[in-house]
Amino acid sequence: MPEASANRLIAVIDERFDDLLRNWIADQLAALRRGQIAENDLRVQCTELLQLIRRALVSGAPLDLEAQAWSGARDLLARISVSRAQQGFTPSETATFVLSLKRPLFGVLHTESKDADSLADDIWTATLLLDQLALHTTEVYIRARQELISRQQQDMLELSTPVVKLWDGVLALPMIGTLDSSRTQVVMETLLQRIVETGSDVAILDITGVPTVDTLTAQHLLKTVTAARLMGAECIISGIRPQIAQTIVHLGVDLGDVITKATLADAFKLALSRLGLTVARQRVAPSAAPASAPTAD
Amino acid sequence: MDRIPILRMGPVLLVSIQVDMHDQLALGLQDDLSNAITAHGTKGVLIDISAVSVVDSFMGRMLANIAGVARVLDAITVVVGMQPAVAITLVELGLSLEGVRTALNVEKGMAHLQAVVASAGALSHSTDDADGAD
Amino acid sequence: MLTARTEQLPVREQHDIVSVRQVVRSWCLALGLGLVDLTKIVTAASEIARNTVDYGGGGTLMLEELRDGLRVGVRLVFEDQGPGIADIERALADGYSTGTGMGLGLGGTRRLVDEFDISSTPGVGTRVAITKWKMR
Repeated sequence: MPEASANRLIAVIDERFDDLLRNWIADQLAALRRGQIAENDLRVQCTELLQLIRRALVSGAPLDLEAQAWSGARDLLARISVSRAQQGFTPSETATFVLSLKRPLFGVLHTESKDADSLADDIWTATLLLDQLALHTTEVYIRARQELISRQQQDMLELSTPVVKLWDGVLALPMIGTLDSSRTQVVMETLLQRIVETGSDVAILDITGVPTVDTLTAQHLLKTVTAARLMGAECIISGIRPQIAQTIVHLGVDLGDVITKATLADAFKLALSRLGLTVARQRVAPSAAPASAPTAD
Repeated sequence: MDRIPILRMGPVLLVSIQVDMHDQLALGLQDDLSNAITAHGTKGVLIDISAVSVVDSFMGRMLANIAGVARVLDAITVVVGMQPAVAITLVELGLSLEGVRTALNVEKGMAHLQAVVASAGALSHSTDDADGAD
Repeated sequence: MLTARTEQLPVREQHDIVSVRQVVRSWCLALGLGLVDLTKIVTAASEIARNTVDYGGGGTLMLEELRDGLRVGVRLVFEDQGPGIADIERALADGYSTGTGMGLGLGGTRRLVDEFDISSTPGVGTRVAITKWKMR
């Protein structure tokens, strides 16, 4: 950035700071909906950004936002952008924070300018600077929204993978929907934690409600089983539909010695027998029909 | 030199690891256990790692070694109380702890040991015969 | 990307490996890392610290806190002036070890972290950098 332009920008910011600030704030308040942001907060943010821009210009740094001198401004904008995103501002409204500085800034550059050529240079320099800052703001905004969305997804995940106690020592985890990487991790951690808390010897992972399983998912399931085994508990995978069984074989996933059962009921029976338990029919009253008390399983 | 204490309950040796062990301490434990198993005719070793928040490959090797030595000396080893975060990390690390039995907690570990010890017909202080043993 | 806090530790003998674990843990707690992530990076640090002591002839660990607007993270850089690793590819494969007992290789350690960078020159030394991030 030509030094002359930078110096004129610095001079203009110094001499007309209050005017700049006042007009900038007023323009924003006019553009935003009522009550979206308190004037005081806006004043603080605008003041800080102007000062940071000035400081970066004074340090003689090139107009490259990646440079160390601009880190203060970048960090401030990142924080503001994140908070705007969380408050529900649109991307445009967030970028407006920076872009609305153009009109007041060009205004004072114009009135303070000595000749047309240098004015053109200064406006160009100021445009480059503010555009970059605005783009940075937008980038951060988008990432912040993404993160908010994935956090909400995470919460939904935890709600939709409940760990159920089927019996003393037997837990079941009915999984519904597609299993992606992050979901399976949440599932794994939740299940293992519950195993410890309840002292359960057997955990049944039921994937009846899972439409497809890819290699990564299968590997995650296997990791869960291995981890549980390391801790001293057994895992049974149930609810493997024929298509999934074919996919697993086709993908060449080695289930090793992981026990699999077609239905949750079969898995439950197995779990009980592992614990040395059986299910028995209650004795019928003597006056009733022929007594027969088979033990189920 | 500090050592990890070893408790004896009849034919079972109990170790509870409460500190972040440096390598020398771990090797000392290995030695002490080997000596103790021989000295007392021990049939079972229970190692409680419920207070251990990090198990790296060195510690994993130590546990596997203890189990191996114990086996040669005709004793079985059960490691209990592994924390979920540790289990997940070990799986990711690819550490399998071959030859090491595990149980969720001390109670289950002891029950397992007593069942195996009793069924092996070895010296046992428990009064009931455990059936359906492993 | 801004770097904030840094700290340097010696990694020369056994007790240093324990210190490394403790310092990395307290850094992670300060950053608010989740338990599983914390366990993974502390374990990874322990593995690499031990390599530095056993095979690297001792070295240093530099911890750096990282912030880039949305995320916070910790980067651990282990450096030594030891014999170096001749075949890095092999060292990264599971099951490789130059010592006795079941070697795990660095492949497992790599899986525990978000970013893993290793450079080594035989006769000069080795540098391993690992990073773990936490979404804000």
